[in-house]
Amino acid sequence: MQTRLAAILGGLILACVVPLSGCKKSPEAPAPEAAPIKVGAIFSVTGPASFLGAPEAKTVQMFAEKLNQSGGVLGRKIELLVRDSGGSPEKAISLAKQLIDEEKVLAILGPSTSGESLQIKSICQEGQTILLSCAAAEEIVVPLASYVFKTPQKDSQAAQWIFNTMKDLGITKIGVITSNTGFGKGGKTHLEQMAPANGVEILVNEVYEKEATDLTGVLTKVKGAGVQAVVNWSIEPAQGIVAKNMKQIQLDVPLFQSHGYGNIKYVQGSGEAANGTIFPCGRLLVADSLPANHPQKALLTEYKRDYESRYNEDASTFGGHAYDAILILTEAIKKAGSADPKAVRDAIENLKGVVGTAGVFNFSAQDHNGLGLDAFEMLTVKDQKFAIYQK
Amino acid sequence: MDFALFVQYALSGITVGSVYAIVAIGFNIIYCTTGIINFAQGEFLIVGAMTAISLAQVAPLPVAILGAVLITTALGAVVELVFIRQVRNASVLRLIIITIGLSIVMREVMLHIWDEQVRSLPYFTGTEVSTVTILGAHISPQVLWVLGVSAVIVAALTLFFRCTTTGRAMRACADDRMAACLCGVNDRWMVTLSFMLSAGIGALAGCVVSPITQTQYDMGAPLAIKGFTVAILGGMGNSMAAVAAGLFLGLLEAFVVSVLPSSYKEVAAIVVLLLILVFRPSGLFARRDVSALRAA
Repeated sequence: MQTRLAAILGGLILACVVPLSGCKKSPEAPAPEAAPIKVGAIFSVTGPASFLGAPEAKTVQMFAEKLNQSGGVLGRKIELLVRDSGGSPEKAISLAKQLIDEEKVLAILGPSTSGESLQIKSICQEGQTILLSCAAAEEIVVPLASYVFKTPQKDSQAAQWIFNTMKDLGITKIGVITSNTGFGKGGKTHLEQMAPANGVEILVNEVYEKEATDLTGVLTKVKGAGVQAVVNWSIEPAQGIVAKNMKQIQLDVPLFQSHGYGNIKYVQGSGEAANGTIFPCGRLLVADSLPANHPQKALLTEYKRDYESRYNEDASTFGGHAYDAILILTEAIKKAGSADPKAVRDAIENLKGVVGTAGVFNFSAQDHNGLGLDAFEMLTVKDQKFAIYQK
Repeated sequence: MDFALFVQYALSGITVGSVYAIVAIGFNIIYCTTGIINFAQGEFLIVGAMTAISLAQVAPLPVAILGAVLITTALGAVVELVFIRQVRNASVLRLIIITIGLSIVMREVMLHIWDEQVRSLPYFTGTEVSTVTILGAHISPQVLWVLGVSAVIVAALTLFFRCTTTGRAMRACADDRMAACLCGVNDRWMVTLSFMLSAGIGALAGCVVSPITQTQYDMGAPLAIKGFTVAILGGMGNSMAAVAAGLFLGLLEAFVVSVLPSSYKEVAAIVVLLLILVFRPSGLFARRDVSALRAA
């Protein structure tokens, strides 16, 4: 009995530790006359953060293909090496080392999640390889590392928009639930730090497993505390579960989500329970309802149309972050007139007024994100579709 | 804590516990006939749910679920015939390792068939926002479905193992294969049958929990680990005990959340499991003599 149990437990551990994930290789680019520019990409195409990584990988492949068909950049093609990290920081580290040391890439696009990005930040800095992270956490660019940039809006800006909306609604007592990931942790910290200044009191502050499949327990605790609103900060499918569970236990207060909610699949995951959810987000999701003279309108509608017709699925803001990453890289290569890492890095810091999917980027030596507070818009869910939030 | 809130915690515990319980039942069947733990049980669940989700697009829900159960049952048979039966000198340990390998292969195949996206079946009754009110607290009707289906499965299994010749033959194989063979039981087919049963029940469980947990290709392992914990907790091989242990663990986790930060709930579950393994290794509800016989 004991040896059998030992075997079983051993097996259990094995089963936990050996989840293989499909390593998708990028298609080999045809050899052009001039040597191609090698660009690495690390996205969590599979695993719990696949909502982010899969559209990101598809987007950069689409972008690179289009660019290469029209002659590439500086007459050289982009050779894209897309790697799947499965959302695991450990795997991201070894993939980053491989891309830097063996493939000698100019830049790495991604990773998809904050946890992974923070893990490889110093590796890219030491390897003098440009990192264009597609993850949200502010710690990626604060403190500054000279080779590290990020394209999504900052966490603190998202939190500020949430607090502003709460002020409008007269909400002062809230419950905060976050997932145990880098992104969740970052959001938790910002909400905790900024709440007092915004006159909001956090009555319940709970962290849940990123694989959570039911959150009624945590939400019961929130309900018991008598809050006026719930803020959920995560990127996992749990975002859909929170909305469902709140309705199921009849916790009838507004639900705020983070900018990690920008994928219509989360809404579909919770059906009509998603209606009324409020969250800050880039404008991609409401591109069609933007006024015609909005600077982002043309780019957003084009990206959306291209992506949706090619992959036959809805575009998400996450794919947009990857679009911005590769856009900024190619713009910087053009500006630098070479593919030398140092020159391209300097060029990114001098990019101004680049219209991307997240907003208009104005980089500087101090700001490696380049987006202002106006890159966000408060959105809501109406009839299971995204709409601009109006009080 | 007022009464309504107390009930709400209890209902939340039942929601989680019912999922654990229905997953645990599947482990018991293969264990009952072969003594091995099927680590691909979680994957059977996901295959079942995914197949049902695909079929539900062209067929009504009950038909889709029935189809998924039949397809997964067939898959269980194929798995046994192709992998388990071919092993020579099959020790229990070797077979367990094979099921771990199978779980990885099945996960990767599912990734290629159904990609990485999260899907779910529609709620059987009502929608995402429907609730049933019990003593001032609320619960999703789907949880009642999970409990009901678990009860039906347990009752049917008990009848099957106690009252039919085939069921008795399966139990005989587990107790003593040689003796069962001498009595004319075709032990190989009993093992195949147990894989089919367990895959079919896994598929049904996967379909019933899908609206609650949602379904993704790699969710099998975490579900199976909880289910396995519960199966051990109740005492391997006893389906009714598995349901009781599942609800117990769910309730324990819910009430731990009520007093401690929710990140501690896993700790509580593991501590209980360790205590059980140390003090009652044959499970909470097992009779000692029975398990001693089985371990011998």
